[in-house]
Amino acid sequence: MSDDSRIILDVRELRVRAGERVILDGLSLSVRAGEVHAIMGPNGSGKSTLTGVLAGRPGLEVLSGSASYLGRDLLAMPPEERARAGLFLAFQYPVEIPGVNNVYLMKASLNALRRHRGEPELDAFEFLNLVRARLAAMRMDESLLNRGVNEGFSGGEKKRNEILQMSLLEPTLALLDETDSGLDIDALKLVAEGVNALRSPARAIVLVTHYQRLLDHVVPDRVHVLAGGRIVRSGGRELALELERRGYDWVQDGTAAA
Amino acid sequence: MSSRPTDLESLVARKYPHGFVTDIASDTVAPGLDEDVIRMISVKKGEPAFMLDWRLKAFRRWLRMKEPVWAHVHYPPIDFQAISYYSAPTQSGSGPKSLADVDPKLLETYDKLGIPLHERARLAGVAVDAVFDSVSVATTFKERLAEAGVTFCPFSEAVLKHPGLIERYLGSVVPIGDNFYAALNSAVFTDGSFVHVPKGVRCPMELSTYFRINASKTGQFERTLIIAEEGSHVSYLEGCTAPMRDENQLHAAVVELVALDDAEIKYSTVQNWYPGDENGVGGIYNFVTKRGDCRGRNSKISWTQVETGSAITWKYPSCILRGDGSVGEFRSVALANHRQQADTGTKMIHMGRNTRSTIISKGISAGHGQNAYRGLVKVLPGADGARNYTQCDSLLMGDRCGAHTFPYIEVANPTAVIEHEATTSKISDDQLFYCLQRGIAAEDAVNMIVNGFCRQVFRELPMEFAVEAQNLLAVSLEGAVG
Repeated sequence: MSDDSRIILDVRELRVRAGERVILDGLSLSVRAGEVHAIMGPNGSGKSTLTGVLAGRPGLEVLSGSASYLGRDLLAMPPEERARAGLFLAFQYPVEIPGVNNVYLMKASLNALRRHRGEPELDAFEFLNLVRARLAAMRMDESLLNRGVNEGFSGGEKKRNEILQMSLLEPTLALLDETDSGLDIDALKLVAEGVNALRSPARAIVLVTHYQRLLDHVVPDRVHVLAGGRIVRSGGRELALELERRGYDWVQDGTAAA
Repeated sequence: MSSRPTDLESLVARKYPHGFVTDIASDTVAPGLDEDVIRMISVKKGEPAFMLDWRLKAFRRWLRMKEPVWAHVHYPPIDFQAISYYSAPTQSGSGPKSLADVDPKLLETYDKLGIPLHERARLAGVAVDAVFDSVSVATTFKERLAEAGVTFCPFSEAVLKHPGLIERYLGSVVPIGDNFYAALNSAVFTDGSFVHVPKGVRCPMELSTYFRINASKTGQFERTLIIAEEGSHVSYLEGCTAPMRDENQLHAAVVELVALDDAEIKYSTVQNWYPGDENGVGGIYNFVTKRGDCRGRNSKISWTQVETGSAITWKYPSCILRGDGSVGEFRSVALANHRQQADTGTKMIHMGRNTRSTIISKGISAGHGQNAYRGLVKVLPGADGARNYTQCDSLLMGDRCGAHTFPYIEVANPTAVIEHEATTSKISDDQLFYCLQRGIAAEDAVNMIVNGFCRQVFRELPMEFAVEAQNLLAVSLEGAVG
């Protein structure tokens, strides 16, 4: 097996509970380096729980199953270690942190990762040069740097800010939780550009989305349909188009029939 | 990277192995307070007669007063006859001889806070003069100040050298009978700071007790008086960011500021007295009266305080906006962790026309800490066009602490505009998770969030103080989350 085809994420028979409800009920998913996977599904199918449990969100209880990341037991790692090891989550609803400079958080974040990798930390000047270059690519206004983290950002600004952070941190595994929802077409294209720029043989990307329109711009290698807490169907790009045409009822009915 | 630094509480709570035995023989009087003790203090200080009269008047008032009990704090009764009211600074015999004799844990904390070496010695109680050549440093500053005509000296020296100013201004902002602790202070204070900035002079440097060698050991009843004459400007920094070694439990200081026409006084405090251990044993009771009088037209007084220490904090730095067009500001960060209790805020008394005041209060509660904001905005009938803006934010960490807000607004002029905003928030799991997901350690994330919360206040502090204040909050909150 070549290095490029190494498995980055391997989830097996994962069962996860939030409160009293079992949300993920035997989910399995394998993602190799270089691949982009799209996970689609109706509301309430467990999409955000999947990204949450992989990133280590508190309040989710793993009942059984496993998840390994680059061969390590992902579920045993605290959330900050997962992040330092190259796992990035673009949040569906990025939280506001009043008074904390956006650029300050990003610098602290990148330097935490660099320290972990044994690389020298960037000073303020070096970091600013780096972030400015990325910012220009995202066509974001520089004033966003010195505002509080997500404080008073529009919905689109918040999502783009997530992609900006992703491009700075250059993760090995990027999980995007409905980053496309609520974006107009121009913002959607920018987000897609950011994701495409990150694509590389060494990385993997998991896009969680409700709609297939993002997939017009970021062409996935695999598409999975999540329903009832597990993946009920997997296929190539054409599966997304079929879903668009026939709706989720089609796959859900299929599950019931199977 | 997150090697866990030693918990501040445990290290300041440690007993000092070298012991600080006070030399009773000559420099300390027996516990207890009566008129003879006050006469003795006045004689020891070589004070003029008016000072003794003033002290005795204060003492007689104090005898008829009762300890205030309205604050949202709880502590066992204080036995005022068990306190020794005079203990002169000694050059040797008490305290460690050099830094080598000081608890290494304490030094470690100083290091973490980035306190300069010579400052560490002073904080740890080393007899500085014997070890470091600080005198020359002080002299340099004294010369520069003298050139500008600024007087900055120990209070007791001012009583002897500038009796006219003392007699005129002492007690003119905080009268002897103002409150129980102010009356006690007026009767028994032994030293403190005096600043006089002449007409039209902009003080050439930030004045800090740090530059005044004998600022330490002025004891528990410190007295400060700052007078800014017409058109002058002065910025004064008080306190230190490191845990202060101090064996006195009760601190009852009085600070009086007087700003004449077009004068400006900026008074910044970072207070980090010993807060007691995590069970609430020990710790300083910080019962302080601070008040500024904007006596002149278009004068301005700003209070900025960062209060992280003391077992109990009871202080309300206030402004009397007497002059037309005068401006009062109060910005505060108060932290109550473990068993600490803070009842702090301000009073803005609008008397003159077109007077303005701003209040920004940031209270942080963690552990079992109890934090209360108590503030009064009062607009008198003659204060046409008075304006006040108050913002009062509380941040809770954990579910055993408390935040309380007691705003009082009394308006007797229909043209006044008063705004009050208050928020209470918790460091949310979502905020914490967001930072963790970005690879930031939990403690760093908490510090970042707390510092963001305090930003409006920190940016008012002089640069080097702001950095220390941030470090201080970090050290004070170690272990508050997780």
